[in-house]
This record gives sequence, C-alpha cells and structure tokens, in this order.
Amino acid sequence: MKQVKHRNSASKLLILGTVFLFTLFSPVFAQEEATTDAPVVAEPSSGGDVAKGEELFKSLCAACHKRYKKMTGPALFGVADKYEREWIYSWVKNSAAMVASGDAKAVAIFEEYNKTAMNAFPQLNNADIDNILAYVMVPKADPVTPVGGPGAVADSGEGSGVSTNVLLSILTVVFLMLVVILFLVNKTLRNFAEANNVELPDSDRTPIWKAFVQNQFLVLVSAVFLLLASGYFVYGYFMQVGIDQGYAPIQPIHYSHKIHAGDNKIECKYCHSSARVSKTSGIPSLNVCMNCHKSISEVAENTATAEHSKEFYDGEIAKLYKAVGWDAENQKYTGETEPVKWVRIHNLPDFAYFNHSQHVSVAGVECQKCHGPVEEMEIMYQHAPLTMGWCINCHRETNVNVADNKYYEKIHKELSKKYGVNQLTAAQMGGLECGKCHY
Amino acid sequence: MSSNKKYWKSVEELNENSSIVETLQQNEFVQEIPTDEFLGDKSSLENSSTSRRDFLKYVGFSTAAASLAACEGPVKKSIPYVVQPDRIVPGVANYYATTIADGFDFASILIKTREGRPIKVENNNLATTNGGANARVNASVLSLYDNTRLQGPKKAGEDISWADLDKEVGAKLASLGGKQLVLLTQTYASPSTSKLISEFKSKYQNVKHVVYDAISQSEALDAYQIMYGERALADYDFSKVNTIVSVAADFIGDWQGGGYDSGYAKGRVPKNGKMSRHIQFEANMSLTGANADRRVPVTPSQQKQVLAALYAYVTGSGSKSSLGADLDAEVVKAAKQIQKAGSNAVIVSGIQDVDAQLIVLAINKVIQSKAFNKDTPRKTRQGDAKAVAQLVKDMNTGRVGGLLIAGVNPAYSLPNASEFKEGLKKVGVSVAFSMHNDETAELCGYVATTPHYLESWGDVEFKKGSYSLMQPTIQPLFDTRQFQETLLKWTGNTVTYHDYIKSAWTGILGGGSWNQTLHDGVLVKPTLPKQELVEAIETPEGDVEAVPTPVAGPNLGAAARRLSNAKSSNLELTLYTKVSLGDGQQANNPWLQEMPDPITRASWDNYLTVSKADAEQLGLTNENVANGALNGSYAKITVGSAEVVAPVIIQPGQAKGSVGLALGFGKTKGLKEEMQVGVNAYTLYQNFNAAQSVSVAAIEGVHEFACVQLHNTLMGRGDIVKETTLEIFNTKDHHEWNVIPEVSKNHIEYEVTSPEVDLWDEFDRSVGHHFNLSIDLNACTGCGACVIACHAENNVPVVGKSEIRRSRDMHWLRIDRYYSSQDSFEGDNEKKDNIAGLGSSLSEFGEMENPSDNPQVVFQPVMCQHCNHAPCETVCPVAATSHGRQGQNHMAYNRCVGTRYCANNCPYKVRRFNWFLYNNNDEFDYNMNNDLGRMVLNPDVVVRSRGVMEKCSMCIQMTQKTILDAKREGRLVKDGEFQTACSAACSSGAMTFGDINDKDSKVAKLKEDNRMYHLLEHVGTKPNVMYQTKVRNTTEA
Repeated sequence: MKQVKHRNSASKLLILGTVFLFTLFSPVFAQEEATTDAPVVAEPSSGGDVAKGEELFKSLCAACHKRYKKMTGPALFGVADKYEREWIYSWVKNSAAMVASGDAKAVAIFEEYNKTAMNAFPQLNNADIDNILAYVMVPKADPVTPVGGPGAVADSGEGSGVSTNVLLSILTVVFLMLVVILFLVNKTLRNFAEANNVELPDSDRTPIWKAFVQNQFLVLVSAVFLLLASGYFVYGYFMQVGIDQGYAPIQPIHYSHKIHAGDNKIECKYCHSSARVSKTSGIPSLNVCMNCHKSISEVAENTATAEHSKEFYDGEIAKLYKAVGWDAENQKYTGETEPVKWVRIHNLPDFAYFNHSQHVSVAGVECQKCHGPVEEMEIMYQHAPLTMGWCINCHRETNVNVADNKYYEKIHKELSKKYGVNQLTAAQMGGLECGKCHY
Repeated sequence: MSSNKKYWKSVEELNENSSIVETLQQNEFVQEIPTDEFLGDKSSLENSSTSRRDFLKYVGFSTAAASLAACEGPVKKSIPYVVQPDRIVPGVANYYATTIADGFDFASILIKTREGRPIKVENNNLATTNGGANARVNASVLSLYDNTRLQGPKKAGEDISWADLDKEVGAKLASLGGKQLVLLTQTYASPSTSKLISEFKSKYQNVKHVVYDAISQSEALDAYQIMYGERALADYDFSKVNTIVSVAADFIGDWQGGGYDSGYAKGRVPKNGKMSRHIQFEANMSLTGANADRRVPVTPSQQKQVLAALYAYVTGSGSKSSLGADLDAEVVKAAKQIQKAGSNAVIVSGIQDVDAQLIVLAINKVIQSKAFNKDTPRKTRQGDAKAVAQLVKDMNTGRVGGLLIAGVNPAYSLPNASEFKEGLKKVGVSVAFSMHNDETAELCGYVATTPHYLESWGDVEFKKGSYSLMQPTIQPLFDTRQFQETLLKWTGNTVTYHDYIKSAWTGILGGGSWNQTLHDGVLVKPTLPKQELVEAIETPEGDVEAVPTPVAGPNLGAAARRLSNAKSSNLELTLYTKVSLGDGQQANNPWLQEMPDPITRASWDNYLTVSKADAEQLGLTNENVANGALNGSYAKITVGSAEVVAPVIIQPGQAKGSVGLALGFGKTKGLKEEMQVGVNAYTLYQNFNAAQSVSVAAIEGVHEFACVQLHNTLMGRGDIVKETTLEIFNTKDHHEWNVIPEVSKNHIEYEVTSPEVDLWDEFDRSVGHHFNLSIDLNACTGCGACVIACHAENNVPVVGKSEIRRSRDMHWLRIDRYYSSQDSFEGDNEKKDNIAGLGSSLSEFGEMENPSDNPQVVFQPVMCQHCNHAPCETVCPVAATSHGRQGQNHMAYNRCVGTRYCANNCPYKVRRFNWFLYNNNDEFDYNMNNDLGRMVLNPDVVVRSRGVMEKCSMCIQMTQKTILDAKREGRLVKDGEFQTACSAACSSGAMTFGDINDKDSKVAKLKEDNRMYHLLEHVGTKPNVMYQTKVRNTTEA
C-alpha cells in the first residue's frame, strides 16, 4: 500500500483539530526538558577542568572510547579509580611500550581488546590527562524518559499541520456563526415587519434560476463550461495516475536524511557512491552505514526532536545492527545478517533509461535538483513528478556542461555555430531524441 | 547491376508456377488477423450464450474494476547488499576472462557480468588461438540458467549429500576386487586434469582412462601420430596461404574442433587485387562449401578417390585416376592450383580414414604448406574410438568394476548405446558427472552433479604452448561440485582445485604472474624448436614442382591405392554437425534451437538432406503450403540394423547419390519437451564414422518444418546481392561491377544518390557521431555467432517452433542465404549460342534448366538498415519510430500502438512484431518464462510487450555507454571503441562498426571503398548499413 504524504482525510483533520491538539502539547514540553540533558556539573574528582577535558576527549579519544560504554576501547568512566594516576599517564603517552615491557595490567588490557594497540599520545601533558580524566569521571546523568509513549511518536507525522487546521476550523466556525446570525437577523426583521404590518414589496420577478433556465444561450454556455471544466479535472485526475509525487512510504528503518545530510552535512555521494559511475545511484550497502555507525551506537541528546525521541533513534540504529549482524556489546560481527528490504521510492518505468552518472558526473547536476531538499527530509519522499514532460523541460532549459571536457570540444564548437548560440542546451545536443532514453 | 545473376532463396522460387512465392511477395504478414472469420461466422455468434448486452456489461465492469484496482500502485522493494563486494558497482558491468572447454567447443572468451550475473559471452581479443566464440559458445551463457539442471548429487534418482556420496562411492571404489576402474571422460585438454588423473590412477588399482569424443576425430589423431609421433591434431592457419583445397572438411563449421573461420576470412578479403582461392569437394552443402569459390559435389566414396588422385597429381607419384572425366578435370585443376601456389597452398580433409588423413599430411608436407605448423599440434580432440569400443565390450563381459563418466553422454551419443546400457548394468559402481539427468545419468548409480563451466575453475591447452584459464564468474547456483574437485577428494587430496591448478601451473607460468594470466585468460609460450627454424629458412619457396620430395615413413603409396579403390554404394550418408546444436550438449538451449541453419534456414529440427535427383527417384517431396511454411515427406534411413525415420529437405547442391543428416538432435532425457525435437542420428554413426552407406525409403506422413527461408522476402525486389569475380574486380572500373542505380527525372538520368531525385529533406549529420555498419560479404562465413550475440544483448525472445512456422520469428538479425546458378545468365547465353547439334543441346539445356544442382551461395546478414530516409518513420501514426542525429533509427516501444504500418513499408523486412507476450506467459516455456532463465536478461534493454513492433536498434545501449564513458573521462572516443553486439561477436571481421564522422576510422574508409553498396539502393533510403560486394576468385590456375 502506498501512502502519499499530505493526503489528509477530512476526518483526520477534524480529530486532529479537536482531540489531539491539547494532548499533543504535553510530550513536546517534556522532550524539551529532556534535550537540556547535558553533563551535569559534578565536582571535579581530582582537580581537572571538565570543559577542557571534554574538548580533548572529543578530539582525541572519542574515535575509540566512550565514557559509559565499551567501544573499540574500554568505557573510561571509573578509570581514575581503577588505576593509579602515574600508570595512566604513562599508558596514555605510550601504551605499546608498556605492553612490550610486560606490565601485567597493560598486557591484560591489550589481550582483552583483541590485541589492538592504543595510539600513543606523547603530545599530552599530565595536566591534559587530568582534564580528560575529570571529564570521563563525570557520572552519567539519570536518563529522562519522555512522557509521551511510542504512540505519540507514531502519530507525530501530522503534528506540523495542527496549527493550520485549528485556524481553519476556527474560521469555519466563525463563518458558520455569521451565516446563522445573518439568517436569524433576517428572520427577526421579517417578524418585526410582519408584526408592524409593513408590506414587504412582493417581488413578482421570475426567480433567477427560472430566468436562467429560460435563457437558452446561458444554458448552452454554462453546459459547455461545465463540460470543459469537468473534462479538465478528469484529464487532470487521469494524468496524475501513476505519478507518485510526495510518495513517502514507511521504511523498515526510520532513516533520516535530515540528520545525515542536513545536520551532519554528509555528502550525498559518500553513501550513494555509484551515482558517480553507474546508472543507479544505489542504496548504500550496510557496510557503508557501519563505516560510521560502528562507533555511533546512539544519537546525541540534541538530535532528538519533538516527533522522535532519542530512544526512538537509538532503536533504529539497533535495527541496523541487527540487520548487519553487529554485536555492539562485544564489538564484533556475528555473521547473522538480515538484508534490509527498503521500499523503493523513485520508480522509473522499465522502458525509460536514466543514468545517474551522466547527470551527476558529466553534467554536474546537484542531487537536490531532482530529489528536492533531501537534507531537510526526516522521511524521504519523491520530490519531482518524474514524468517525461518534467525531464524534457529540464533538457530544454539546461545548458550542457562542457567546461574542461575534451569530449565536447569539437561537437560543441560545431553545433553552437550551427544553431548560432553560445551555450547549447541538452535538447540541442540531442537530449530530446526518443532513442536516448527509450531502448 | 553487378551481374545478371538470378538469386533465389528456396527451390520453390525456381518453380514458375508456384503461387506461394507470388503471394509471399505481396504480403508482409502472411496471416490475416482472423476478425473477418470470427465476425463472419454468423451461426456461432448467434449460438453464443453471451448476448451483446452481457458483453457490454462485462466490459463495463472489468474496465471499472481494472481502473479501481489500478489506483494502488505496487510496492517495489529494493534490497542492497549487506556487505557490497568492492568489485561490484550496481549498474556497471564487470568482465572476466575465462574458457569454455566442454569437449566439443574450446574457446577463450570474456564474460560480461552484471551485479554478479553472467549475461553475455564476448570474444577475448587477447587470445591468439580459439579466441572467437561461435554461436554455441555465445549461447552457452543461457545454458547456465537452464532450469532442468540437476540441483544436487543423486543416488538412484534420490537426493544424497556429498558426504554420503563420497563415503559410499569411496568404499565401493576401494573394494572393486581387481576389476577395472574406468574413467570415461570428454577431452579436457587440461594440464592440471591430466596430472590429477594420473594421481588418481596411482591411488587406485587397475584404472583406465578412456577419452571419448561424441564426434570422433580418432583417425586424424592416429594419422598424426603415425606421421609425427604425437596423438594430436594438425594445426592450420588459413590466413597464411592463398590456395585452400578441402576434401569434405567443414573447417568453417566444426571440423577438428573448429575455430578456423577467422584465419580463413582474413585471406578472403581482396587486398591489393589478391585473395585466396578455395576449392571444396564435398557431399553435403556445408558452410565451408557455401563459401568456396569452386564447390564440387562428390559422394563420400568419391571423396577418397579425389584425395588419392590429388596426391597422385601433386606429387607426380601416381598415374591417371579412376575418376570420371568431369570429376577428373576438376581434380586436375585443383592439383594444378596447389602446384602453382606451392607452399602457399594447403589441403585439408574431413574423411574419417587414417589413409586419407595420412595423405593429407603427406601432401602438406610435400608442398611445405605455410599454413601447417607441426610444432603446435592441437589438443582439443583426444578421443580414442577404439578404446571406447573396447570399453563397451569390457563392460558387457563384466570386467569393469567401476565406471566414472564425466562430461559425456554415451547412452545418447554412442552408436551402440543399447549395448552400452546393457553393459552398464554389469558395472559395480557407476557415477555420472553431469549437469542434467540425461540418458546416461539416469542409468548410473550415482550422479555427482557438476557445475556449469561459468561456475568452475579449469585450464586448457588448446595447442602446444597455447594455454587458457577458466575461472568462475558466478557463485555456484546449485549444490554442485566439479569433476576435478571430486577426483581430488577421492584421491585423498585436501587442496581445492583452484590451488591445485595454481601449483600445477608453476611450471607453465615459468615465473610469470598468475594474476596477470588469470586476467588475460590466455598464455602463449614459444614452442618453435630451433632445428625446424633452420630447415624452414633453408628450403626455397615455391619450387616444389621441380623437386617432388618423396615422403618417408608410412607407406603412402599403399594408402593412396587403398583410397582410390574405395567402393561406392548406392546411397551414401554423411553425418554432420550443425553450427547451432553441434554434438547436442546444449540441446536444451532455446536460442540455439531457434537459430536457423545457415544453409537450409530451418530451425528446431534435423532432417535428411537429399539431392533433387535422388528425391525424385525416391519419391520424396518438399512443398510450401499457403503461408510459406515448408512441409516435407518422411524417409526411413537404414544403416545395417539401425533404422531412423527423419523428415526430408531437398538440398540444392547435395551430391547425387548422397544424403546428409545432422547429429546432436533427438535427445529425450534431461531437457524440456519443447526441445525434444529431431531424430537421434547417432544410432547411424556406426564405428564412429560419419560416412555410411545407407538405404532410404519414403514412408507415409508429412513433416511440418519451421523453416524461415521464404519468410520476410524482399517483396520481389531483386538486386540484393552484388557479386563479381576477382578478374573483373581487378581489371574493370568499379562503376561496371558496382553500378549505382539510376532513375529518371524529367527524362534525365540521375544516380539515386543524387539529391536531385530525393523525396526527403536531407538532415545534417556532419556534427557529432554518425554510426555506420559495414558488412563484408567476402568475409562473412554465415556462421551465425552474430545472431546469438544479438539475442543475448537485446533480450530477443524465443517464440518456438509453431510460431516460427507461422513466420513470426523475432530475430533482429537474420542471415539471408541466396543461391545462384553456378554461372551468370551471360554464361548461360553464351552456352546457348554455342550449342552445336541436337545431342549436345539436349544435355546442355538440361543442365541449364537445373540451377539447383550445384548452386553458388551468398550469405547476407540483414538487420535494420537504419535508413537516413526511413520509410517506416513516415508512416508511423504515433511517431513511435523516429530518427536520431547519430544515424540510428529509434524505436520507442512504449509509444508503439502496433499498427504494423512500419513493417509494411520497410523495404528490408527487418521489423518484428510481438504477436504475444513472450515473457511470463504460461503458453511459452523458454528462458523468459522462468526465474532462472530471466537472469540472463540484459538490464539495459527493455523486454518488449505484446502488440509492439521491435527491431534492431544498432545497439544504441552500447553506443550510448561508450559515449558516456568518454564524457566521464573527458576524452574523445577512439576508433574501434564503438561496437554493436554483432560486430563485436564477428570473429571473421566481416562486420565493422564505427563513426563515419571520424574520418580516420576504419568504417569511414570502408564507406569510400569501391566495393561498398547499399541494399536496394534504388529505393533511395540511404541506409547506414552498407555492404561490400562479394568477390569470387574464379581465376583458375
């Protein structure tokens, strides 16, 4: 079943406008509270500067360590209590040397973490390490559960429409009231007139509808008009059959392009790499996800939004781990995989040939030109109509990108001379020929 | 006109009274849509319980229901890899070099894979030998996706695990009690397999290895052994000589393993006024005979005498031959030709007789033929017919305890298959290594199911010093294990076959890189011994006539005497293999079944070819029914005690007193019902000899052929083929032999190429690419590799026998075969004038009246001509077909409404109509109708639907890809980069594709060639496909 975005039924509008309006506000506030969850300033355990420590931790340590969770390296909360300060200093500065020297504790850690040596950080002085330790020794803040349950999350897709709906319903009510008032006023006035025996001039004009019916010309004109109008709408209806603009199906994993391409500014072609060389842009394989998500097992606190809580996003990452067979606990692949069955959004018919690399690599077209503001899409949807008219229009308007491309040198020179233009459009280059896309 | 020759496609056309030919020339679509029939049948309409009102109700309801149902679009899932292999980019093809070595076909090839699926076979241009994929090799990729393949090991028909099979067979092999353990295998020509088998022999006791070729070359191998001390086949390179005399050797077909066509074709194109001369003595009209400059039809027994006489004349060691005067004259001419050419001549023979093969080797030795290289004998046939016969005897006497059968199907392909089956019952443990549950596998105790060659590792030594590697191009589809892997296991070796090959190749590589060899697929090591070099330099060329060196060694004189005394019988049968099915291994391949035979143009059948004279005598007839389909009578063929009933095709050029029948058909086990066509001719293959004396009798019944020879005629327009002789070509101006037709306008004659007489406005195609395809009729051998390559590249559907018979074949590319009388009309006129006296007039008029006795043959591949002024485009009511600036005639299938006007208006008859939905349709059971078979589809080309016209697109998907690659890399396209599926598949170089706006390109030069002409030039369509006039070397020595 396809679900098309913005397809709000009247009933939904009504319900949204009335019942959920108020109930929805409360979880939003609750979540805002939750987002303020930052490291609670606790007393520095051994005189280090937590803020400086945080900065150092994020730039140097975060690739392999987390404070409260095991990653490539151990969770660092509590290390200051577990080991002596001096030992930690020398470990951080050169752990390999300690392992080589046969230090029992060092060897034990080395063995425990699959003999992965920790990078040496000779650039850190003891004060720096103290700062880092101060940061990692900050105890974990109590998790704040948002008040709204999962139900709130599921329905929250419609949340943005709430205010408009409310306004609209209020307006409707006002209008209805006006009509009622007008009617009542009219009736009261008539009653008054009757009571006061005022003769209302009885209009003996033929009613307007009768006049209309009697005027054959008007009937003909309006019939033609009606026919044309209905024809227009029927045509319009049929022409949109099979065009799924706005199609935003529910995906097996709630993948947010907004977080990845928008907030984190990941380049589109990092994941959709085959768009550069192939006809398909390719849905990235899960190993590409794991390039980052091996170390990102949960979203940051401030990633959570009104609609989606941190738990929700973390749950989606857990789905990825399950699919790719990643045991986050032991930091290794189990080998049990479950390929993700994404629902395809952009479906070109079989008889239309489209090549991404032609547009992305050769023409240098931005992905957003066809796919829309992907970096703002929480859920991916089909932005363009993907009809032939839409393709052709672009080919007519777009100039061919010939800069620094030896292939185009001769052909562009000759063709632009022939057409008497400086810049050739894709259409002039032959981009409207049937056989270029249909074979 | 180039010559006054009359061309004809079918014997029927020679019959002046035939109404069918006339009808076919008038009708584009032979069958009417039967609406009149249906609507005109008043009684059945009235009797129908469905009233007009009901009908409208149903229509209304179903329309409404359909439109309601259509509101919900289907949800498409898209499943990416979990871990994407770094070599695979979805949408980008990968190529792997590998090798086919199925015992019949040996070739170095490239495999195109998409998303890990092999989808097409291409030629490996790095290969110096066996680099050309023939039609069967091209089609072999479809055999990978054959859904009748066995999916795992079997024991007596039941599934068994590999572990159990190993255990059970292992135990049985260990306790044979001194009885023989026989390995009956195909020719592997694999160094590592040979090593492996010798290890297997040392592990078990009393092991015998019998190599069996279904189509035996035993005699040629024996003769070579007698002459050169090595059991192998002589290696020829036809490009090095200018005179080729063949006695019944179909070397363009499958003679001695085939692969000779590209070398042959090189010498056939006139260069500097020179081309090779090819004389062929044969019984059946073979592909080779069809290409010969002079073809002499002789029966198999006469062939031996011809060879003996040739030996006598060339070496001067014999006296006059015992042949008839006419034939003797031909032999004398051929002998003179050889003597004149000296070392630039070569003689080959397909006669299965040790004497004959010795004589051939002797003649080549005497004339020191440059074509023959004794240092690189071919290893692609190693079968020993005697050993196989002995094995069957041993089996029946109970001396064989264990039999491992790999890569062969003796229960089908042995002439004494019933004896073999009897013997098999007496064998203790029998294991078949097979992909199918075929005739042999069914009778064996165990089937160790093997993978397809595209899922296997392997190595091949085509000829001494020329190696090739086989590598898997896909993960095994089923639970299979290749023969060598199993042998390794049973010899207790734990390494994989891949590692085993690698270690076996350390010597062959000699320090070279394994990865590089695997990438190239081929490795050639120099083998020429020094001693030979010296000799070759010392011997002066061309004076063989002066010093006829007597050949020492075997008694050739006696051999020649035995040959010249060959007894003839009343009717002699020559068994042959078709370019489509070969030995029958790929009988379940619908592409091959549907491929028309290049000579008879019949598909889905084998048949007895008979000469017209013999047919009349035996009461055998051929008849074309009203829609052009061919019917033939049945004949009973008897060889000794074996009998076969086969349909008959009257074959022009068949030697009188001879008949022909193709092997490889009539399989009944392990293939679909649709593919069980033809008769099994192996039962007539007594003593593994292709020549048999037979008796033929007509029997009741009419066979319906699926023969396309009268289909898609050019509507009675002549002047299709242009042809001339080398003499005229060299001496006369090209305007004389390659005339541009003229038309009259205002009583002034203009050449049709002149813009004065053009109906259309000229497009400007000087900018950008302008694709042209040149087809050289001299180099085209008619082998049909392009037909299959086109099928694979363009998702051309298979329609089946009955549809083909209805003239609904879907081949985008057809190879027309035209017959013409031996001499031109001018020759006939001359002859008529010279007739002196009544006696001579009777015989000579008779000769002239019978053009089908020994016709000349021309092959002409015809696909969409991509006319610059295309008649199809002007008549399409919906503009579904239109013209591209790059010269291609586009066809937008989704726009087509199926009026078929375009096909009506096409002068070349190259448009094909989808009468049915050929994919996902229960009415058809070919590759597009099952999940496995659909894996071969090319994802870049749409699969057409019912009611849509389709045609050759000049592989626009390939040209567009080449352009895109160049754009992406920011460079110009180099000459030779542009290819079509057919031009890439053509190993004889007959097809050249390219951009004529690139003035330095090969195809631009060919366009200016004197031999260039366009098909039906007078129509004024200005096609982008051009042909090069055929030149025949009729110059006699």
